[in-house]
Amino acid sequence: MKYMLLIHGASEKCTTDDWVAYGRALQDAGVYVGSAPLADDSLTTTVRVSDGGETVVTDGPFAEAHEVLGGYYIIDVPDLDAASDWAARCPGARFGGRMVVRPIVEFP
Amino acid sequence: MTGDVNASVEAIFREERGRLLAALVRRFGDLDLAEEVTSEAIEAALIRWPVDGVPASPGAWLMTTARRRAVDRLRRDQTYAARLALLQVEADRAGPPVVDGVLPDERLRLFFTCSHPALPEADRGALTLRYLAGLTTAEVARAYLVPVETMAKRLVRAKKKISGARIPFRVPDVRELPARLPGVLRAIYSIFTEGYAASAGPDLVRHDLAEEALRLARILHRLLPGEREVTGLLALMLLTHARRAARTGPDGGLVLLEDQDRSLWDRAMIDEGEPLVVAALTGGPPGPYGVQAAIAALHDEEPTDWPQIVSLYDVLRSLTPSPVVDLNRAVAVAMRDGPEAGLALLDDLAGEPRLRGLHVFPAARGELLRRLGRPAEAAHAFREALELVGSEPERRHLRARLDEVGG
Repeated sequence: MKYMLLIHGASEKCTTDDWVAYGRALQDAGVYVGSAPLADDSLTTTVRVSDGGETVVTDGPFAEAHEVLGGYYIIDVPDLDAASDWAARCPGARFGGRMVVRPIVEFP
Repeated sequence: MTGDVNASVEAIFREERGRLLAALVRRFGDLDLAEEVTSEAIEAALIRWPVDGVPASPGAWLMTTARRRAVDRLRRDQTYAARLALLQVEADRAGPPVVDGVLPDERLRLFFTCSHPALPEADRGALTLRYLAGLTTAEVARAYLVPVETMAKRLVRAKKKISGARIPFRVPDVRELPARLPGVLRAIYSIFTEGYAASAGPDLVRHDLAEEALRLARILHRLLPGEREVTGLLALMLLTHARRAARTGPDGGLVLLEDQDRSLWDRAMIDEGEPLVVAALTGGPPGPYGVQAAIAALHDEEPTDWPQIVSLYDVLRSLTPSPVVDLNRAVAVAMRDGPEAGLALLDDLAGEPRLRGLHVFPAARGELLRRLGRPAEAAHAFREALELVGSEPERRHLRARLDEVGG
């Protein structure tokens, strides 16, 4: 089963080495599916289409520092316990950051 | 004759339901499916057994019937076809489901699933009652004093989370167990306390619910005999429940420990619980349930050893600091050193946010003030407690006290 691990409020105390080591661990365990780090929250743009068909582009929204979505990993593991174990090993889970684990829907 | 068969059939179902469900969940990995075919197998038994007689191994009969129904159902469902093939392989690898007519006991897995930390804490007791104690949704709803539809919704939501997020049916390994076992124990104890000091309604003790919790703790203790906190929890509940008959007087009001009729205490339960306390406190550092069991054991003795109880509360406070523990300790200190000493400790707890809204704090204060011969202040405290109390026996007791101090 695939899960997305969303990284919220990752601390700057996590070093690049920490992230690289974590990515390698996922690869080595054969559970890695994909990942992406997101650029600075200040670069966020919102796009929506109004009922009249007009495209509206706006600046933001900007999250509180501890809420900022900093990136994600997608992993393929047997169950939620395994997914939680991997989430706990992620640098993003430490120093006040937190990981949100969401199952991914797969259409047959 | 039919009545006899029905009665024994009921007894078997009560015993077998959780076991059967757990074995089917293990086999098919699907709680919904397991639940449906468990019910179907029991319905089939209700039809067949009164005619054919109760089979030699009822559990095996139910398992075979349920398994056939599950396979039929999976065959009919196209999306399950591939999974069925996979399950077949796994099932063959797992070996025969029934050995010598005895179902393998898979309930431990289900205990951990029902108390999984990814499920809302408030639903874990309900799930445990539904799937391990085998209560119907209506019975679980009654236990928690909520409408059946409300409970049904909560159970459905929890089941969806289990299957959708794939919460596993597995026993945590040795490394994970210390973090996971307390959740299971808390779920069982929450059932007990819900039944024991019913926070609302006419009865002080809903014995059936407390007894379901005891039954669950006995099962868990059989499955994990070496886990001292499981032993401690079972002992705690036995040694508390032993005093149930003495806790309410003929007028239906609460009776405090010192006024209880000792002859109403359940000796058999105390005798069962006492060696368990010793086991829970032997062979390693004590856990919170073991210590609480030891405190309960001392309450079951005559005369009550208050100095020893205070020391145990000190230990408990170091293990699980909480204002409720402090409150209980203050009452024990009052019994040891006199009401003045207890009251001083209670006054230190005044304004503690986690005690706000609980009647026990003003009730304890009122009692100590009454003993100190300060009736006006006692009356004030009892009135405050009466505004917060939920259960009728406690209300009666507080009202009687209020009358006594001239409120």
